[in-house]
Amino acid sequence: MDITIPALILCLPLFMFLLLGIAGCKMSHKLAGWLGCLGMGTCLVLSYYTAFTYYFDPQFVAENGERIQYTVFNLTWLQFTDHLTINLGFLLDPISALMLMVITTISFMVHLYSLGYMEGEKGFQRYYAFLSLFSFSMLGLVVATNIFQMYIFWELVGASSYLLIGFYYTKHSAVSASKKAFIVTRFADLGFLIGILVLSYYTKTFDFIEMTSNPSWVLASTEGATFMGASVLTWALVLIFTGGMGKSAMMPLHIWLPDAMEGPTPVSALIHAATMVVAGVYLVARMFPVYMMEEAATTFIVVIGAATAFYAAMVACAQVDIKRVLAFSTISQIAFMMVSLGVASLGNGEVSHHGLGYMASMFHMFTHAMFKALLFLGAGALIHAVHSNDYTAMGGLRKYMPITRWTFLIGCLAIAGIPPFSGFFSKDEILSACYAWSPYIGIWMSMVAALTAFYMFRLYFLIFWWNEPDYGHHKPHDAPLPMSIPLVFLAAVSCVAGFIPFGHFVTWNREAYDIHLDPVIAVSSVVIALCAIALAWRMYRKENDLPAKFKNALPALWDWCAHRFYWDELYMFITHKIIFNGICRPIAWFDRHIIDGTMDAFATVTNKASYAIRGLQSGQVQMYVWIYLIGALLLAGLGVLCLIM
Amino acid sequence: MFSNPLIYFVVIPLLMLGALAICANIKQIRAVAVVGSVALMALSTYVLLQYLDMRAAGDNAPMLFVDSWQWFTPLNIHLAVGVDGISIAMLILSSVIIFAGSFASWQIPQPKAFFLWLILLSTGVFGFFISIDLFTMFMFYEVALIPMYLLIGVWGSGNKNYSAMKLTLMLMGGSAFLMLGLIGIYYHSSADGHLTWNILEIARNNSISTGWQHFLFPMTFVGFGVLGAMFPFHTWSPDGHASAPTAVSMLHAGVLMKLGGYGCFRVAIYLMPQAANDLAWIFLVLTGISVVYGAFSACVQTDLKYINAYSSVSHCGLVLFAILMLNTTAMTGAIMQMLSHGLMTALFFALIGMIYGRTHTRDIRQMGGLMKIMPYLAVCYVIAGMASLGLPGLSGFVAEMTIFVGSFQNSDMFHRVFTIVACCSIVITAVYILRVVGKLLFGPVQDKHHEELTDATWWERLSTVTLIVSVAAIGCFPNFFSNLIKTTFSPEIFTVLGLN
Amino acid sequence: MNITLIYWLIPSLIMFCCGVYGFITRKNMIAMLISLELMLNAVDINFVLFNRYLFPGQMEGMFFTLFAIAIAAAETALAIAIIINIFRSIKTVDVQGIDKMKF
Repeated sequence: MDITIPALILCLPLFMFLLLGIAGCKMSHKLAGWLGCLGMGTCLVLSYYTAFTYYFDPQFVAENGERIQYTVFNLTWLQFTDHLTINLGFLLDPISALMLMVITTISFMVHLYSLGYMEGEKGFQRYYAFLSLFSFSMLGLVVATNIFQMYIFWELVGASSYLLIGFYYTKHSAVSASKKAFIVTRFADLGFLIGILVLSYYTKTFDFIEMTSNPSWVLASTEGATFMGASVLTWALVLIFTGGMGKSAMMPLHIWLPDAMEGPTPVSALIHAATMVVAGVYLVARMFPVYMMEEAATTFIVVIGAATAFYAAMVACAQVDIKRVLAFSTISQIAFMMVSLGVASLGNGEVSHHGLGYMASMFHMFTHAMFKALLFLGAGALIHAVHSNDYTAMGGLRKYMPITRWTFLIGCLAIAGIPPFSGFFSKDEILSACYAWSPYIGIWMSMVAALTAFYMFRLYFLIFWWNEPDYGHHKPHDAPLPMSIPLVFLAAVSCVAGFIPFGHFVTWNREAYDIHLDPVIAVSSVVIALCAIALAWRMYRKENDLPAKFKNALPALWDWCAHRFYWDELYMFITHKIIFNGICRPIAWFDRHIIDGTMDAFATVTNKASYAIRGLQSGQVQMYVWIYLIGALLLAGLGVLCLIM
Repeated sequence: MFSNPLIYFVVIPLLMLGALAICANIKQIRAVAVVGSVALMALSTYVLLQYLDMRAAGDNAPMLFVDSWQWFTPLNIHLAVGVDGISIAMLILSSVIIFAGSFASWQIPQPKAFFLWLILLSTGVFGFFISIDLFTMFMFYEVALIPMYLLIGVWGSGNKNYSAMKLTLMLMGGSAFLMLGLIGIYYHSSADGHLTWNILEIARNNSISTGWQHFLFPMTFVGFGVLGAMFPFHTWSPDGHASAPTAVSMLHAGVLMKLGGYGCFRVAIYLMPQAANDLAWIFLVLTGISVVYGAFSACVQTDLKYINAYSSVSHCGLVLFAILMLNTTAMTGAIMQMLSHGLMTALFFALIGMIYGRTHTRDIRQMGGLMKIMPYLAVCYVIAGMASLGLPGLSGFVAEMTIFVGSFQNSDMFHRVFTIVACCSIVITAVYILRVVGKLLFGPVQDKHHEELTDATWWERLSTVTLIVSVAAIGCFPNFFSNLIKTTFSPEIFTVLGLN
Repeated sequence: MNITLIYWLIPSLIMFCCGVYGFITRKNMIAMLISLELMLNAVDINFVLFNRYLFPGQMEGMFFTLFAIAIAAAETALAIAIIINIFRSIKTVDVQGIDKMKF
């Protein structure tokens, strides 16, 4: 494949960032906005072209039916040692082609949507510049040919996320949310970095293809090296996964994501729902053949994922802010993907059930990106209409905002897993994979799926039904055209995406196979979801006192859910009380008073000593003569004594 | 003598001194400063290109442009010059920072005297980097240190007398150790009685016995380490930086602290590799502490300059830390970190100076929302912060990653643990940088009087843009710098050590 | 009676000790100056003596003494000038009273 188009896909957003960042303040809002859309639109076309060429051109399928991993270009960026080199390259394989499409689609939709949503905001050009920066970084991340390139773009998406969350920089909450997001993910990246250091030390390479094409060699290269009872490979993989936990908001590093909702809503749709937060999943998927070799690492992933999924679903049931509900739902769904990747392998290089979990995870990543972006953009339209994030300010909106209502409903049905919407297909595959791995995990995840359906429909009914508050003279109305088009488009995608024969495109060994629905699991999960929806319908369709009764019946549970199980308070305690007051302040004090005090003490002692002996310099010549005389006599006496001896 | 381009690194500043002496008004002074610093930049670029040409032509001597003129026969002292990739990197760094510094002190009071001392200081700096004669090197080192006292004492702010005195005395204390070490090296420089100060000859002779190395290595390492802000000899740095005027802070953190790291490598490790290998662990512990300790201290400071000074302690600690790892990759990283830290700290201090010049306070509790008032300076500050916390595409990232990857190639537990401890600094750095950025630039405007303040003037823009472009250049094209530096680690010292 | 070196040295020593005693005990600067001259002259005597008795054929000691006398004269002139100036400004020539320049 010619390198021009892939290179353009990366360079175009970067160029737009520089253009809008440097010259943006001289442009009008309209020009900047349309320039941004134009850039992203071109990028979208090029990405689709690239992805379709990859999927459908037979030159990318090897003779044994596997799709090949094709390195379009791979330039040396920084050479560390003879073996370890950071390259900047472009790797085309099923998952990167998939992500190219997902990212550019959502990004383009968000660019378009923001024309309406951000209209008249101060810093509009800056906003588009940051969006371009983010798109560039995310595209660079997914096409990374080596783990260090991924780390580079990993940091860059973190920074652009920081900038976008803190877009409303005069708001305290936005500033602290952006800070929190950056620092928490930075902490996770530390794990990632150490993981890379460990892994690359033993394998002598950063390259993905070298590592994943021959995972048993990776295992062999770390043979025998252990640290604190676990093999070095396990440590490396768990540490790398830690990086993924941070970006993908897995417990206990999830705390930044709900706060990140302080950013503009389209940003939440792009970064904190569809693309950046799945980077962790993508990372594990990228390294999957290596993870496959280490049962301990995959079990760790499953445990973390399962716990997070349940936790986030519980919390989502008790949130008031609609964006927070969606944020927790995102955490929960990403955890689904993680679990699915974890259950795809049995360790020791064996794959369970044809690597169904891997395919399901990627499938869910794709469908989730679409319907979650849809839900966020819908939420944006709602917030735009009622100027509040809380559902208490909404209700009965179905009459005023029909487009938003129907698209939102499609999103809810998709995430709840009702056929024929896309979420049903991908979630069903995940559940099948879970049941195949262990029935306990299967049941656990089914329970989470039921909770998902419940909290999404709770949200839906509270927004569009329930009781209508007083909207005053300005009745809410549907969003303008640039905002409605993305909603409709994404809703349409969510309706049909499930019928894509995904197994033909993305599988763990890049070999095509047909997806089968397991009828038992499919039917049971639909029934469970319907029950959950019915419960939500009963509780929240019309204003009644059932929710209040429920809340009063289980006050402790409600409190814990509403306060997100007090994770934030715990982190506050650790960072402020322990790190700031317990470490930083004592160190600063120590430096000022002990270290610097010692240095000052040297000076003071010298000074004091000179003051003490200056009295001898009395200026009395006769005293000097006396001393001289006595000294001379003593010396003379000593000399005489020496002569005598 | 004047056919060697290196000598002009000393000649140009001396000519500038002469020209400054006859300047009558501020315009002429500015003209001299700008013309001189441009000439120095051009010269360092020329030397770089010549150097690359000569290397490409296959000249693989350890140093190029080598020349030597004796100026004190009884002790065999020469003015010996010569450069390799590392010195060239340092020369470029110095000339860029002096250029930016001249613009940053555009409106300094008593400009004539100020620039005289500043140029004298840079004479010392350039002389130090081109010298390969230990004595001459030491002489230039002292020439660079002493103007600092006056520059801080006269043009400084706050508790300036105390700071200037403290800085000078501590650095002089370091010099005393250093002088002892250098004399020791001189008297063991040759086995056959032809004593020499020349670094290349001493390295070739390799005649310092292991016992003496063990004695002299700590002397020289601590001597230079004081200037490199090594724990626990770093306390001059916060006070000194806080009191120094803008351009002096820039030059001091940007270039002078590099003299420490450069000296540690060029003298302590290059000449005494055996002792370096044996005693590195002691200094690894100290510098490892520096890295984390500086970062933690920076987290709770409220004065912008203190924050940066402690951040410098942390970053310069990383330089010495990496040098002590004794492998090519980590040492390359150390030199890159010097470049990177030099540029971004200079940028930081320039910006702090500009902000201080407007708000008349450096206390972050009394400022806020500057992004709204002076967007240009605020954006530059964010870029500097991002460089400092290691954002890819800016210089900090490549330097730190080279250091970490290089350090991790040492396979024993001790080095590994300290590497991981040093890695932790990237998180703490993020904490204090974002704390300042969030407090200072974002949020609502704290002080109503600040709302009338103006954004950067053209000379301030020029000064910051120069530095930002340099930071981004290193960050985007690191392999050029990495190769420039890496190819010059002469393999001899590693063969002596039996290392890679 | 043969007058040997020691006969001459004893008065010289006495003179020197007087000088030292005077220099240490007297507070008046003029008196101290006189004591100083005493010491100087005692030393001069010694030079002449040693030259005469130990190196009879040579003249170095004699010349040295002449030089010393000349220098002592200059020194005395200088010292008196200083003392006069001090007296003018602080109205005393007592050494213990002169402590204006003390730290």
